[in-house]
Amino acid sequence: MKIALMAAVLSACMGVACAADEMKLAVTTSFHNSGLSDVLLPEIKKDLGLEVQLLVVGTGQALRLGAAGDVDAILVHSKQAELDFVTQGNAPHRTEIMYNDFVLVGPSDDPAAVANAKHIVEALTAIKTASHPFVSRGDESGTHKKERALWHAANEDPTTFPSDWYMAVGAGMGASLNAASGMSAYILSDRASWLKFGNKGDLALLFAGDEALFNQYAYLPINAQTHPHVNDKAAHALENWLISDRAKDLINGYRLNGEVLFIFNAKP
Amino acid sequence: MSLSWVFSNAGSLNVEALTPKTVTMNDILQGLISAFHLIVTLDPDLIEISLRSLYVTTSAVAIAAVIGLPFGCWLAVRRFRFRRLTIAVLNALMGLPPVVVGLIVYLLLSRSGPFGVFGLLFTPTAMIIAQVVILTPLIASIAHQAIRDLWAEYHDLLISLNTTRGQRIRTLLWDGRRALLTAALAGFGRGIGEVGAIMIVGGNIDHVTRVLTTAIALETGKGEFALALGLGFVLILLAIAVNLVIHSLSKTEVSGRW
Amino acid sequence: MVGSILPLSLHQVEVRKRGKRLLGPVSVAFPSDGFTMVMGPNGAGKSTLLKTIHGLERTAAGQIEWNAPQQVVRARQAFVFQSPVIMRRTTRENVAYPMIVRGMQKRAASELAQSWLERVGLADAAERRARVLSGGERQKMALARALITDPELLFLDEPCANLDGSATREIEHLLQTAHTSGIRVIMATHDIGQARRLATDVVFLHKGQVQEHTPAPEFFENPQSGPAKAYLNGDIVE
Repeated sequence: MKIALMAAVLSACMGVACAADEMKLAVTTSFHNSGLSDVLLPEIKKDLGLEVQLLVVGTGQALRLGAAGDVDAILVHSKQAELDFVTQGNAPHRTEIMYNDFVLVGPSDDPAAVANAKHIVEALTAIKTASHPFVSRGDESGTHKKERALWHAANEDPTTFPSDWYMAVGAGMGASLNAASGMSAYILSDRASWLKFGNKGDLALLFAGDEALFNQYAYLPINAQTHPHVNDKAAHALENWLISDRAKDLINGYRLNGEVLFIFNAKP
Repeated sequence: MSLSWVFSNAGSLNVEALTPKTVTMNDILQGLISAFHLIVTLDPDLIEISLRSLYVTTSAVAIAAVIGLPFGCWLAVRRFRFRRLTIAVLNALMGLPPVVVGLIVYLLLSRSGPFGVFGLLFTPTAMIIAQVVILTPLIASIAHQAIRDLWAEYHDLLISLNTTRGQRIRTLLWDGRRALLTAALAGFGRGIGEVGAIMIVGGNIDHVTRVLTTAIALETGKGEFALALGLGFVLILLAIAVNLVIHSLSKTEVSGRW
Repeated sequence: MVGSILPLSLHQVEVRKRGKRLLGPVSVAFPSDGFTMVMGPNGAGKSTLLKTIHGLERTAAGQIEWNAPQQVVRARQAFVFQSPVIMRRTTRENVAYPMIVRGMQKRAASELAQSWLERVGLADAAERRARVLSGGERQKMALARALITDPELLFLDEPCANLDGSATREIEHLLQTAHTSGIRVIMATHDIGQARRLATDVVFLHKGQVQEHTPAPEFFENPQSGPAKAYLNGDIVE
């Protein structure tokens, strides 16, 4: 028992040093919360002998980690920021892997009547008209950027919204959902985080399905020219695996509470 | 993470018909139940993250004590020009938000930072470094206060005996060991419950840098309050156990008539 | 044996704290032999005088002249305080401490301390925490801790101020033995009877000034200064 504990401590502490091959991948909270990583990582380990260590952060922080060379690759969902990231030379290219979708969640009695909206812009406009509490991530994450883009599509500027109903909590998806649950507020969430969320309270899924809510995930290996220490080989091996038919089957086959979450759309 | 099945077990006790008012109480109860499950089943993930919590914080406390205890003692014994300023700075550093420490250590250890070449970011070593920065001022400050009182008591004798400064510091550290142990335990208490800094520099990577507090933050973010609370109870038990073990080893509470 | 650090003399010595003069200017000489009692009412400067000679107080003016270099002087004297400093250790470790500081091996220091505890009648308390000793035992321990370094000069600052009769008698006996064995003693006291029993000469202080330095028999028979007369008469001396 004692020896087992010692071994556990040692392996826990030095796991970094003695594993065969490993890489660090910064991913967004929504991807991790979906539970898909729990399915993919063991398969990657099996197929490639590669241990992928996940850093679960917002897209904003993932991009910063990548730019600093602190991770070997990133998997995020914020197209414009990704394109800029490539332009700035932080990654040689961006590879689209799959998409999921965002959903509009709110109090089950739906005081702003968004459930009957024809598209997301109409739903958001209804919330603004009712001035019903709305929780925004406010953390420069991919979800936050998406939400802002949707407001702009509705010809609204969220920076001018009064804080008595538009609340930028500056937190991750889970903490923001906790806040929305506590205040019976509307919130834009990725479907996976919403399905996995355990503190729904009075909240319910009110609006989904608009194509504007689709959420493209892309994989960006970090530029090995500017950051020679990155595990370029592993990053490329992972990329090839992610666009393979094997990944396609796993991603399209993944179900959470019986629902399809991700649609594979990589072009091999 | 295999912790989640424990929650679903505990969750099966959930009574849907509970009124909203009792939900909070129910959460706490479920927290206790899941803590109990985690402990009696010796959940391997729980053991792993608990051991890592212990490893990170005890290492940090040990290093911080080696730096902070003699420094606090030296501050009490030595008179110099900027002594007051040093003490004020020390006390201010005690209140430094861990998140700020984490950010600074992150920037230093980042691949594009000055110590990036060592590749320490997102390792337990980085977490230890951040905690050393947080704990050293705390331990030094408590040590300084304790040793200052002891020095006032011993002053005449140690001067009369013509002791060197090194001898004075050694004598005060040894005779003040109980208060210093308290300082170290205060450091341990702060370190084991700290999340802001180690989240940033450790990254909360499963099986690499995940510890009790970052796991609690993660589960809270998922809305899994019962599991988060269960881990919280485990954390408290761990802290109590460490305190009891240290006190019984040093017999400080038994022979308490200092 | 190195040459003696005595005699010792003070020339116009002054001690000030926060602008207030606590002592002096004092000029007084202590020959190589004797048991000097420093007497005077409360606040006369007895403790300050002893601590100044011993080197615990900084002088504001004047000189203290010894018959040896400073290094030797510091090592050849010991001081027993009015309320002894009790280290958070056992009684034996308290007594051994000065020898440890001087670089003696722990074991040898411990044995020496034990022999001194036997001499002062504290052998039974050797293993006990010094904090649990009674007032008299504490002072005897402090005396052993002072004598273990084999000092040439021993200072005592009202060592019996808080002790009962029997403890006082024991301490006085130990002091007499120490003096007989050749230790120069300079002691402050409040207790006229104690001074009569022990002193060979008396330094009488009043308001930080030396009023007189007289051989003991003469002092008690026929004190020179007014304040000393009043003090011996039992009057309140301000």
